[in-house]
Formats: sequence, C-alpha cells, structure tokens
Amino acid sequence: MKLKKLEGLLGDLQQFTRPKVELEQYATGPHIASRMLYTAENSFDDITGKVVADFGCGCGTLAVASSLLDAEHVVGIDIDPQSLELAQENAADLELDIDLIQCDIKNLNLRGLLVDTVVMNPPFGTSRKGADMEFISMGLKVASRAVYSLHKTSTREHIKKAALRNYNAISAEVLCELRYNLPKTYKFHKQKEVDIAVDFWRFVPRARDER
Amino acid sequence: MRLLTHNMLASNARGASTGYPLKLQVVKWTTKEAEPNADFLRGMLPKLDWAALVAATHSLGLPGLLPESPPTDAELSADGAADDEGSALRRLHRALLEIHIEEGTLVCPDTERCFPISKGVPNMLLHEDEVRN
Ligand SMILES: C[S@@+](CC[C@H](N)C(=O)[O-])C[C@H]1O[C@@H](n2cnc3c(N)ncnc32)[C@H](O)[C@@H]1O
Repeated sequence: MKLKKLEGLLGDLQQFTRPKVELEQYATGPHIASRMLYTAENSFDDITGKVVADFGCGCGTLAVASSLLDAEHVVGIDIDPQSLELAQENAADLELDIDLIQCDIKNLNLRGLLVDTVVMNPPFGTSRKGADMEFISMGLKVASRAVYSLHKTSTREHIKKAALRNYNAISAEVLCELRYNLPKTYKFHKQKEVDIAVDFWRFVPRARDER
Repeated sequence: MRLLTHNMLASNARGASTGYPLKLQVVKWTTKEAEPNADFLRGMLPKLDWAALVAATHSLGLPGLLPESPPTDAELSADGAADDEGSALRRLHRALLEIHIEEGTLVCPDTERCFPISKGVPNMLLHEDEVRN
C-alpha cells in the first residue's frame, strides 16, 4: 500500500468524541501514524506478517495502520472502554480483524514470546507522571522484535538511559524528530492548538534468553 | 478476541503464580473467514502453548479441531496446503485466527478471578488492591 493511500485511510477514522484529559486522549494524526508504520515496515520489516500490539490504542489508528500493512495479527490494548468501542468501529468500517483488550498497561500480563512488535503513542506523562515510562517498560517486556513509540523531545536523555539501563533495551534510537499537534487542553496556552517537539523512537529488546 | 490472543493473555490478579492459561467459558462465538498464511502458521507453531490452545478449542465444543499433541513442521506441511479444506494447517489457522469469542468469561487458573468478555473485548482491569505485586 502506498503511503498516501495509508494516510488517506487513517484520515477517515473516527476520533475521540469526548476525550478524557487524565488519560491523555488525543488521536495520533494520520500523517505521523502513517509514517511511523511505514518506517517500521519498509526500513525494518517489523509489521507485515507479524503479530503487532498497539498499547493505548485509543481510536485504534496505529492498530488499523498495522492491519492495513498486513500485520498477521493485531491486538489493541486500552484502559478506556469508550476508546475500545471506537477502535472496534474503525476496524469494522475497514473490514479489518483487530483483537481488543481492556487493560491498564502497567498491569498487563502478556506472554511475550508471541508478540513481535509493539507500536504506541503513549501518554506523554503530562497528566500522570511516569505513565510514559510504564508503557516503554511493558513494551520492552512484551515485544520480541521492536517497540516503536513517540515521546516528548525534552525527555530524550532520560528515556534513553532508562530504556538501556532498566528496561532491557539493547538499542534505543530516535528515528526522527517531529512536530506533534496537541489540543490546547493539554497545555495551558491561549492558542487553540499547540505544536510540541516529539521524538519517534525505535527500541530493540534484549533476546529473551539473555535477560 | 481470537484464540491466538487467548494463547498470550494471562491474569495479573493478586495471588496468581503464572495466571496462565486462562480458563475459557464461552457463551457466544462466531467464525469469520480470513486468508491463511502458511509461513506465519509454521513460524507460530513452536511459540504456541499447545495445551492451552487445545483446551480452548475443547471449551468451544470443538474437540476434534486440533490433535492433542502439536504437529511437527513436517506433518503440517505434508498434510496439505493452508487453503486445503481440512488440512492440518487450515485447521490450525481456523483455531487461531477465524474463531471470535464474543461473549463469555476468562477465569484466572490460580485465583478464580473472573474477567468478562463482552462484545468481543475481554476486560482485564483490576482494582489496585487486587493486583499481583
Ligand atoms: C495519546 S492517546 C493514543 C492515541 C491512539 N494512538 C489513537 O490514535 O487514538 C493515549 C491512549 O492511552 C490510553 N491510556 C492512558 N493510560 C493508559 C493505561 N494506563 N493503560 C492503558 N491505556 C492507557 C488512553 O485511553 C489513550 O487512548
């Protein structure tokens, strides 16, 4: 599938109607989401034919994108039931089969071996400090190939250290820096929306038998 | 939720040792055809918990769908292609990816904590004081 086509399909997805600020609910935009998944597949072979989990799937943008790029099995996980309903509708509209689980990521108990790749746009940890780190830590426990994620550029050094030292990553690489459009509820700004600098990361977990 | 997801999911309830495999009580399930991918199925075979998968098919009332012990890669391939109706690959595909559990319950094998499945989505949420430390 061409990048433009992917971005177009993601642009038609329904988004949060009543976003919950405490859960940092805002959809991953089609431009960023399509490029994340396109890079994961075309540069690293991490999506097509793979088992992919989307942590904090929200309306399901990254899960849907994985499925459109022919991931063999896609699981979306979110704590919020309304988000999961939206994700389910979005998948159904495109006739995609995506499994969904309602769970708090920090309490997830998923047998790692079966999941190849984790993709996520976790909370940046603005509403609840440390939420971003819980997602990285769990992603690296569950994935056997790679974890793709978005984090504020201002946390770059901290994330790199934590991933390598504490969460079993053998590599933690920023693939690119991008501008992320946040609804203004998330920052105390007067403008309607605000752009923040965000890093697109790829983490590689240590092989299971070396942990 | 499909059985491939069931094969990876465990309970995190306080008191659980592994919390795996979750017992499956099914009220409603459906099947939906999907394109089989032989390479994927072969690659998946050594990673599956076969006993858990077989138990899950039994709880659906499909005791004959899968053999009690996992087929070898050679047996899988010799039995026919993934799109041959009735072949071992086709049946594995059906078990893992074509059966959708719509309504039912997942039960933690260690603590009996129940996790409801509603409209296809299992709810694994736990109260803070129920979480395994
Ligand atoms: C930035 S949004 C992700 C949006 C998603 N990629 C999309 O396109 O809709 C963060 C998501 O994480 C979920 N979330 C927040 N905290 C969570 C937690 N502890 N466990 C699971 N999901 C959580 C929120 O409900 C929200 O859907």
